[in-house]
Amino acid sequence: MNQPVLGRRALLRAAAVSGAGLGLAQALPAWAQPLSKGLVRPLPTVSGNDIALIIGQVSVEVDGKVSRAVGVNGTVPAPLIRLKEGQRVRLRVENTLDEESSIHWHGLLVPFQMDGVPGVSFPGIMPRSTFDYEFELNHSGTYWYHSHSAYQEEDGLYGPIVVDPAGPDPVAYDREHVLVLSDHSPLAGATIYRKLKQMGGPYFNRQRMTLSGLLAGKDLTAKERWDWAQMRMDAADIADVTGSTYTFTVNGFGPFDNWTGLFAPGERVRLRIINASAQTTFNIRIPGLPMTVVQADGLNVRPVTVDEFQIGTAETYDVVVTPQDRAYSFVSEASDRSGLGRATLAPREGMSAPVPPLRPRPLLTMKDMGMGDMGGMDHSAMGQGGMSGGSANPARARGIDPTAQQNASGELWKLTGWKETVAAAATATSMAGMDHAAMRHAPAAAPATAAPPPDHADMGHAMPSSTATGQASAPMDHGSMGMRDFANAPQVDKNPGVQTISPMPVDRMGDPGTGLDNVGHRVLTYRDLVALQRNPDVRAPSRHLDIHLTGNMERYMWSFDGVKLSEPAEPIPFRLGERVRVRLVNDTMMQHPIHLHGHFFELVTGHGAHSPRKHTVNVQPGGTATFDVTLDAKGDWAFHCHNLYHMAAGMMRVVTVRSAEGDVQ
Amino acid sequence: MGHCTLPATVAPPQPVCAPEHAAMGHCTPSTASVAEGTDLPAGTGSPPAVPTDHAADAVYGPSAMAMGRHHLALHHGGQNFSMVMLNIAEAKIREGREGYKWNGEAWYGGDLNRLVVKSEGEGEFGRKVESAEVQALYSRAIGPYFDLQTGLRYDFEPNPSRVYATLGLEGLAPGFFEVDGALFLSDRGEVRARLEGFYDQRITQELILQPRAEINFAAQSSEDIGVGAGLTNAELGIRLRYEIAREFAPYIGVQYEQAFGETRDFLRNDGESTGGWSFLAGIRTWF
Repeated sequence: MNQPVLGRRALLRAAAVSGAGLGLAQALPAWAQPLSKGLVRPLPTVSGNDIALIIGQVSVEVDGKVSRAVGVNGTVPAPLIRLKEGQRVRLRVENTLDEESSIHWHGLLVPFQMDGVPGVSFPGIMPRSTFDYEFELNHSGTYWYHSHSAYQEEDGLYGPIVVDPAGPDPVAYDREHVLVLSDHSPLAGATIYRKLKQMGGPYFNRQRMTLSGLLAGKDLTAKERWDWAQMRMDAADIADVTGSTYTFTVNGFGPFDNWTGLFAPGERVRLRIINASAQTTFNIRIPGLPMTVVQADGLNVRPVTVDEFQIGTAETYDVVVTPQDRAYSFVSEASDRSGLGRATLAPREGMSAPVPPLRPRPLLTMKDMGMGDMGGMDHSAMGQGGMSGGSANPARARGIDPTAQQNASGELWKLTGWKETVAAAATATSMAGMDHAAMRHAPAAAPATAAPPPDHADMGHAMPSSTATGQASAPMDHGSMGMRDFANAPQVDKNPGVQTISPMPVDRMGDPGTGLDNVGHRVLTYRDLVALQRNPDVRAPSRHLDIHLTGNMERYMWSFDGVKLSEPAEPIPFRLGERVRVRLVNDTMMQHPIHLHGHFFELVTGHGAHSPRKHTVNVQPGGTATFDVTLDAKGDWAFHCHNLYHMAAGMMRVVTVRSAEGDVQ
Repeated sequence: MGHCTLPATVAPPQPVCAPEHAAMGHCTPSTASVAEGTDLPAGTGSPPAVPTDHAADAVYGPSAMAMGRHHLALHHGGQNFSMVMLNIAEAKIREGREGYKWNGEAWYGGDLNRLVVKSEGEGEFGRKVESAEVQALYSRAIGPYFDLQTGLRYDFEPNPSRVYATLGLEGLAPGFFEVDGALFLSDRGEVRARLEGFYDQRITQELILQPRAEINFAAQSSEDIGVGAGLTNAELGIRLRYEIAREFAPYIGVQYEQAFGETRDFLRNDGESTGGWSFLAGIRTWF
């Protein structure tokens, strides 16, 4: 029962190709070795009922550069923990660091005292000491684990968990690969956070708007820039930490290392995709290969086929693909387009496929400011009308600043022979793959730098509203008063840590995510997710709760309702068994992947008793996301933004779940 | 009547809305199955009271958890940071005479409350320092962008030196202008004021043009240190820096400075220059 679900064929094939040059991969677990050496040798130490994990300092090599990291059992990412629904597991975690550590089982429903958040669920694992986690697995799916101490998650303490179902898996597949995405920096997480506190977003952002860009007629017009500057807002501030320091990794490998997973042509390959990054939102594509999403955050959803989806930090998606006899590039592009992660799916060892170029970084819009859909309606300012009906991304319409920098991964398209014309050319390396099925999907893989064909734009899952109204990027004359009017959020504490209050936040769960409007192919939105199984609790929520996501980018302060955890903030109280509708209102211009420990919640996206159940929801800038949650797990739980640096800055609360008597035991 | 709520799963009576009634606007036809789950409206209940206990105390003991909670707060918004920024550290060449100038500040503290130390001064190489001051200030954020700062300023030079009580405002003005204004009250009852501001214009991601202005005022004349009443002097400079790293940027620049009124007269009487152009070369650095 500890064996991964693999075909015999797959094992034989993998065995045949093992032993490739793996010199650089010393610090990787077997399952993450290039060419999927893990297919041959799943780690025995991380299956079964008794698992030992040793947290310690390691040295890792990413794209040829060595840096210090924190790993588990000597590897980054940490070993795959493979469990089975219904089993009871004991995980003995030894901390060999000189600082406190911890492991949180992200998405697993465990007793609160086993949840692994120091100061909330337990005291933490002191230096040079051991802690035994023990719990039962009562659900299956793709999850992950990571440190909840200091910045260890950025420093490498993260790994995947797969819980195989006790019964038959409703998802049919012949083979699987686990893809753990991260953002690796040679800087320690503590250093990154210090720089952010000292200088804020501009420290790492090398794609800002400049005078050169203005003179070249790129990005925003002078008038639009002036309007943004008057509000002391930067439309190019998509990510706090960027490819200027990050190498975006897949299973610990950089884009040039090129982790490769093998398949036999025609197989149904399940990819378990985990965003284990500290703070990066990724756009996931496999050019030429549509992905059928079958699971979100560990729980099955009705299959929905897309060409791309955005995955917020801490989310997981399982997709099934049916590749032909050719190689494919798996691309995890940072949402600010400062770099990409890349892996290869191939039928044979040593193959690679063209890697698409990084698309131009998007700019924020009025909708990201919490001004709803009203937009500026100034189509002339967009410099492009007609075809796409007004782009949400002026950087695409007018072109991006000529001095904007992307990391080395931005050169991969040249090195891999990406052709701008048709993605079908990508199959040229594998003539055997020139079948008609692949050709039919070719347009979906066309480089997104080209203007989307109108029919595709119309067909796409992009928000109808954004296609219809066209969002001008410049604020109109709303006056800056409206941007920080506490009358719009009476519960928010009035303090300097609150820079803006969204005046007209709208539900953005139907949006594909920053920069993915009108990309010319099918992009997943939360609204496309429908739970495969009926929700366990379909009662109406007994009450409604608004929580505002607040911050100040200039001071690099982040909080809920204007109160940092350290203030100290009061817990958010719930009654055991009650069902509550929670609306998250993003009063900032950044994405916030919000995670509630110990529970799944149902997204309120119009799917009634089949609402998708998640543990993390990425709330789009200036928008809202709403979920219903049944508080069925007694105890104290962490509730926080999964952007590590937002959490470190205070964007976290303790959630209490108590029976009516207030008794927790 | 509101006495009770129907179970959500109960199907509505069959002829809910006949088409002819719908056409007349008497009702809305039900489109699909009855609402359930997240399609249902939320009730109007109120939250429970905030508990005062901690769940994990019962498992791990209050003292172990208290330490954990201390660290939790510290690492989630409670940390202090520091920064030392030398915005100006330069050689200044004017009419063949070489001088120097510095202007920087350091801070330590949390998000809202900080200790700020500022220093600036200038002089000519080979001669005595012309002016040198240090301010030690308590800084308190009073809005998203501005800090109110109060404390002491001590001028080492010019002599006789003075101590000033200081009240100032520093922050980011609309348009991304960094501004700093302060009032100074000396131990001799003199009132002075200073306004300065700069703007970072990115030319590329690393090449940055920084126009900077500073003007000084005095409420009364202090002849012993060469300060006249009214507008005393002004500087207008522009510096072009190249950020080799964000923390380290060499620059070149030009500056025009001018003394006014009585201050200018004092300088003339001493045979000193009252203003003019200078060329600048320096380093902007922080850590």
